[in-house]
Amino acid sequence: MAQVVVEGLRKTYRVAVREPGAWGAIRGLARRRWREIEALAGVSFAIGTGELVGFIGPNGAGKSTTIKILSGILRPSGGACEVDGLVPWRDRIRHVARIGVVFGQRTQLWWDLPVIDGFDLLRDIYRVDPARYRRTRDELVGLMRLGPLLDQPVRQLSLGQRMRCEIAAAMLHEPRLLFLDEPTIGLDAPAKLAVRELVGTLNRERGVTVVLTTHDMQDIEALARRVIVIGKGVILADEPLDAFRAGVLAERRVVADFAGEAPRIAIPGVEERAREGRSLELAFDPARIAAPALIAAIAADYPLEDIRVVQPQIEEVIARFYDLHGAGEA
Amino acid sequence: MNGVALYLRYVGASVRAQMQYPRSFLVLNTAQFFGSAIEILGVAALFGVFGRIRGWSLGEVAVFYGVINAAFALADAPTRGFEVFGPEFVRTGAFDRVLLRPRTTALQVLGYELRLRFGRLLQAGIVFAVGASAVRLSFTPAQVLLLAWTLAGGVALFSGILVLQATLSFWTVDALEVANILTYGGVQAGQYPLNVYAAWFRDLLTYVIPIGCVAYFPVVALLGASDPLGAPGWLLPLTPAFGFLFLALALSVWRLGVAKYGSTGS
Repeated sequence: MAQVVVEGLRKTYRVAVREPGAWGAIRGLARRRWREIEALAGVSFAIGTGELVGFIGPNGAGKSTTIKILSGILRPSGGACEVDGLVPWRDRIRHVARIGVVFGQRTQLWWDLPVIDGFDLLRDIYRVDPARYRRTRDELVGLMRLGPLLDQPVRQLSLGQRMRCEIAAAMLHEPRLLFLDEPTIGLDAPAKLAVRELVGTLNRERGVTVVLTTHDMQDIEALARRVIVIGKGVILADEPLDAFRAGVLAERRVVADFAGEAPRIAIPGVEERAREGRSLELAFDPARIAAPALIAAIAADYPLEDIRVVQPQIEEVIARFYDLHGAGEA
Repeated sequence: MNGVALYLRYVGASVRAQMQYPRSFLVLNTAQFFGSAIEILGVAALFGVFGRIRGWSLGEVAVFYGVINAAFALADAPTRGFEVFGPEFVRTGAFDRVLLRPRTTALQVLGYELRLRFGRLLQAGIVFAVGASAVRLSFTPAQVLLLAWTLAGGVALFSGILVLQATLSFWTVDALEVANILTYGGVQAGQYPLNVYAAWFRDLLTYVIPIGCVAYFPVVALLGASDPLGAPGWLLPLTPAFGFLFLALALSVWRLGVAKYGSTGS
């Protein structure tokens, strides 16, 4: 069953046009001129309970606007949207009690207070039953290994430690829907892995629906089974990650290592993508040559040491996709 | 947990957070005490020159001064969130976080900080006590009740001004300066009996920003004087109600501001 339903969502902002120079500023005070900016031009999608969806797009594409509408912060200019049967901006208080939101760039905890004090405050803000709260909190503390952090003031935590606490804080009231906005931004590699693992666990084991916004395509690759791509206020793609990848880049890849310098290979339907010493990355069109035939052809003519079939990096897929749609940074 | 209990939890958190920096707490309080003490010396010096001001003795003016400053100090402590609302919530986008929590926006902003500043309150209390003993003010239960009611009205009025200031920041980032004219200007103006001012300014302080209603009129009643401006005696103790009316109006304008934020964002 669909948990989130969005239909024809539109949002236009009115921004004041600033005229250059001091005289322009003074004139602007008296008579402002406005310009309409269309952030969302009719966006529709549905997300089912338990899904983990990557919501991606270049800066200015309308990602944040959509998330802000879904989480009850903004009111759209047109269209409809329901989350668990509630209209977010109309039923703000009831709606936000049921969702969790993590902004990677902002904290929801109290900077000068120990983590545990912030958790306790959230319990009271969300009116969580004390016994239930203790159980959920202890589970989250175990899952995210927060035990040693609980007594530290938030300002003393590293970014990675803080992000684990942020995610736990967003889960204390047991929301069924979690919005994560750039949850790995600024984290080092181990911390990124830890956060991805946690999000995956929450989704798999607790059935929490997750909407993940990120610029880090490794997050998408590691977590999302489905991607929604937005650009210039419209949905450009909405499909399973594998289908999306295959649709954008039909080619497949092999990486071959040779005994000696990598040779030039001339087989119809095969193109060289990268070369580095004895290693060669080749792209091939599976409609023209099958992987076993290609491998056999290379092994027959060259001193092949190792070969593996790889997928194109998701960054490359996305970049190619934006190019195709002219959807670069707005 | 109801709103009042949650507010107390916010207060506890705020106090614990501030106690992380005890030295700053001491320095700021001392500075505030001496800062406002210098103002009293200014008032006293004025009397040195004129003796009485429009029929009011130094002791009586000290009572006016003490009441309005105490009200402002009491309002200033819990409303920090509204005071810094523009730079701290709107400009940074932190108001998004407020909207993401299942509580009213005003309660959360109020819970932002309980500022522990006792300098002004202490100083206002001392001036009031000196003035009250100089004019031999009697403290019957009715008088004490009137004083508390006056202070409550004053706290409501100043809170209302700060709520309006915060609301203004939904439209402009320069709301602070405008509102400072009203808060600090209001305190300055309210320190003197209303009848020292020109008629238009008295009207402004009575009907627009009703500082007179939470300072002058009820204090005249407290002093047992009759109003040289001719307000009927029965009305004087009722005027602090306008402070609450002002706060109620400010909170409804606040809701307009919140709705405006919903259509434009930060």
